[in-house]
Amino acid sequence: MPSNGDKPRAKGADDKKLPDLSRRSFIKGAGIASVAASAGALLADRALEAAPRPQIGGGVVGPGEAPVTLKINGQVRKLNLEPRVTLLDALRNHLDLTGAKKVCDRGTCGACTVHLDGRAVYSCTTLAIDAQGHDITTIEGIEPAEGLHPMSQAFWDYDAQQCGFCTPGFVMACTAYVEHEPNVTYEGLQKSLGGNICRCGTYRGIREAVLQAAKTMKMKGGRA
Amino acid sequence: MADYHWPPADHRALIGKREKRIDGPVKSSGRAKYSYDINRPGMLWGKMATSPYAHAKITKIDTSAAEAMPGVKAVVIMVPEGQEVLWAGQEVVALAADSEERAEQAADAIQIDYEPLPYLVTDADPQHAGAQYSKQLEERVAGNPDQGFQQAEVISEGDYGLPVISHCCLESHGQVTEWNGDHLTVWSTTQNVSGIAGEFVQGLAQKGITVAANNVHVISQYMGGGFGSKFAADTWGIACAQLSKKAGRPVKMMLERDQEMTVAGCRPSLHAHVKIGAKRDGTLVAWESQSWGTGGVNSAGTPRIPYVIEVPNVRARHTAILTNIGPARAWRAPNHPQMALVSNSAMEDMAAKLNMDPLDFMLKNINLTGDRAKTYQEEFAKASELMDWKSKWHPRGRSGSGHMKRGLGLSLHTWGGRGNLSNSLVTIHPDGSVETSLGSQDLGTGTRTVIAIVTAETLGLPLDAVKVNIGDNRYPPAGASGGSTTVSGVSTSTRRAATNALNELLAKVAPALGASPDQLEAWGGKIRVTSNPAKSISWKQACAKMGASPITGTGRTSNDLMSSGVGGVQMSEVEVDTETGIVRMVKHVAVQDCGLVIDVRTAESQVYGACIMGVCYSLYEEKIMDQPTGRCLNPNMEFYRLASIGDIGEIVVHMMTGPGYDERGTIGLGEPPVISPGAAISNAVANAIGVRVPELPMTPDRVLAALGTLGKGGVA
Repeated sequence: MPSNGDKPRAKGADDKKLPDLSRRSFIKGAGIASVAASAGALLADRALEAAPRPQIGGGVVGPGEAPVTLKINGQVRKLNLEPRVTLLDALRNHLDLTGAKKVCDRGTCGACTVHLDGRAVYSCTTLAIDAQGHDITTIEGIEPAEGLHPMSQAFWDYDAQQCGFCTPGFVMACTAYVEHEPNVTYEGLQKSLGGNICRCGTYRGIREAVLQAAKTMKMKGGRA
Repeated sequence: MADYHWPPADHRALIGKREKRIDGPVKSSGRAKYSYDINRPGMLWGKMATSPYAHAKITKIDTSAAEAMPGVKAVVIMVPEGQEVLWAGQEVVALAADSEERAEQAADAIQIDYEPLPYLVTDADPQHAGAQYSKQLEERVAGNPDQGFQQAEVISEGDYGLPVISHCCLESHGQVTEWNGDHLTVWSTTQNVSGIAGEFVQGLAQKGITVAANNVHVISQYMGGGFGSKFAADTWGIACAQLSKKAGRPVKMMLERDQEMTVAGCRPSLHAHVKIGAKRDGTLVAWESQSWGTGGVNSAGTPRIPYVIEVPNVRARHTAILTNIGPARAWRAPNHPQMALVSNSAMEDMAAKLNMDPLDFMLKNINLTGDRAKTYQEEFAKASELMDWKSKWHPRGRSGSGHMKRGLGLSLHTWGGRGNLSNSLVTIHPDGSVETSLGSQDLGTGTRTVIAIVTAETLGLPLDAVKVNIGDNRYPPAGASGGSTTVSGVSTSTRRAATNALNELLAKVAPALGASPDQLEAWGGKIRVTSNPAKSISWKQACAKMGASPITGTGRTSNDLMSSGVGGVQMSEVEVDTETGIVRMVKHVAVQDCGLVIDVRTAESQVYGACIMGVCYSLYEEKIMDQPTGRCLNPNMEFYRLASIGDIGEIVVHMMTGPGYDERGTIGLGEPPVISPGAAISNAVANAIGVRVPELPMTPDRVLAALGTLGKGGVA
């Protein structure tokens, strides 16, 4: 699993000798998992490497709450969070930003997809403290006050949703894909969007929606 | 006066067209609030401690360490000391704490001692299950099977089966509960908004908490998948309400993914050894089967095989294997996908043995399908055209010399789909606005949209003129959404309610138009004289005549507007790599009838989705149970695989509509198209590689194992 967050965190864990390292907390500590790791265009690593690593409370934090500052949808949000809190739980449980969904909670299904510096990431396997210093965009942040983002509009137009629980994650993954892929094709999108799972079976509509939204978004130029 | 009957095809503005779902924008923008998304002031998070044993007696429960942990506010014992747990993952203790992380950590700190007891978690070997774990169900005999096999000129035998799978709803089961005095509010992810309040009343009474049904408010505005697994209040619903009561604060308790996969979703398995007999011309004469399967600690019922095709002479014996796994829940078309897989695979193997094209074989025996023979004939003709079957089909195994083998397969299915009992209330306000209210729910099938279409069509209004209120038990009671019963339940009740409201309005408007009410109709946003459409007033002007009080109309599910019983056929084309064993979907064709289609767009989406679910259970899904530990080995989404966007190939859906179909009225659609994919895809693989892969899912190891039997007695 691609991760550049191992070194500082591993050091912190050694210093503190954190007890009770369950499998779950290990996974949550294993760093930022990119959506569709097979798709190079979406890897978050480069964006993270480029950003300066934030200094938190002098280096070692936790296990109690620590101040965390997140830049979400252009707004600075200050929270007090235990270091183990994932970005997904920070959004949903602390900020009531519930567009990103908790489904598999271990970086498989993509329902929790948000953008970190414009790249799609699984927020369920990203720690909130690691998201500091980055531009976090949730589906709430891409939707205009009136009407719909071209990707959401295309999902509606092509009935690319049934229960809709996977939809916000898909919209975010598809948006990042279209924004970073100069040549969106039917074949290409099926490879690049394999990191999101739908249970109702809406993939046929999603394929059509992405092709349509790619046209609309390109016409509008760059980020919609 | 307007009458209740569905309008004829040339007098429909919305019904039978392709309308976009009305809740599309709120869902695709992430604004829809599912039960999992409800955050209440002061809310606590609930988590549960579950049994690690498949069968055990609880000898001691110690919650003191957990209760002493920071933030823990309430603890509830769900299965007390001295009682048994019957499957791994069964809920034993629930607690609530002030953060999700703290609740999870505290649940881990609960100490429960068990005395392990014997158990069985796999159904692989019925002979060794023993009397304790098996239940011989009634043997079904039709005609004279012994004589039938004597008449047979060709006999085909084979083994077929599919494992237990999980519903894997993306929104896990659970709820938020909140008490205000003696009022309980439950935000539940449920297929049964109008029905579960009573379960909360009873379940809480057993725990010593009294609440009246008229004080239980159930809300489910949006729900993230059910597929038959979300009808009940469930143990965690009752425990959540207990925790709220104890803590005096709202509690959110949703299942973790591993719990969801282990205990909240289980489609029973079915395995069978089948022997069938036919004449050389393909006429089926006899069927004999020994089958078994498991749906957990209780029997999941007897599958009725052969399926759809009523072979004249039958002996079918079924054994239920009782296992210590999370109990069966209805899974989209209960038992039908299993029956279709076994039956239609056995039929295809017979066709291969006879060197017949399976399409010809099916048509040869089509009269054995009974009343719907003509429907199946029409559907096979359409599917064959869409698949280009006749030019693509080749005899079994003759798909060229390379290692990439292509093949075709087919299947057929049936379902009832009569409407449930629903009540609808249509309100026309003096300002012309309209709302329709039912205690129904939209599982993602398009229920909201269908209600809006029927209301708008009846009142001659555009779709966006109607507000639909569902997902709340304070609206008129409507049936649970299961068994493809919702579309007829809500459409027929709403048609009657809207017609009743309209007739009241027509009576008020008639004098202004100088006509009697029965000479008027609502069309195009106007009330007009039917024989002289130029004589009209706008909807708004008409409503202004009603005075200060709104007009309401009520309606109930109505048999004269609906029927039941559909047929459907599917054809599949696959490509199999015989070096790796990987099966790739090339094309899948589904042809389906469901009477009068209210919204073609969302109806087609149901069928597309069903086909994709079918690809999932044909190629990927299996709940893997481990007898040594008694646990599920893949209660997650990386090792319990579902298809992703690149796995589904081309899918073509055709709805049978028009004369011969529309006049039947509405019939449910959710279940039927999910029945056939297993058999169609399995048959396509057999046709491609020359041998039957006996068990679903057809994973590479199973495909390679089947290839290894070629020439050594595999069903070729």
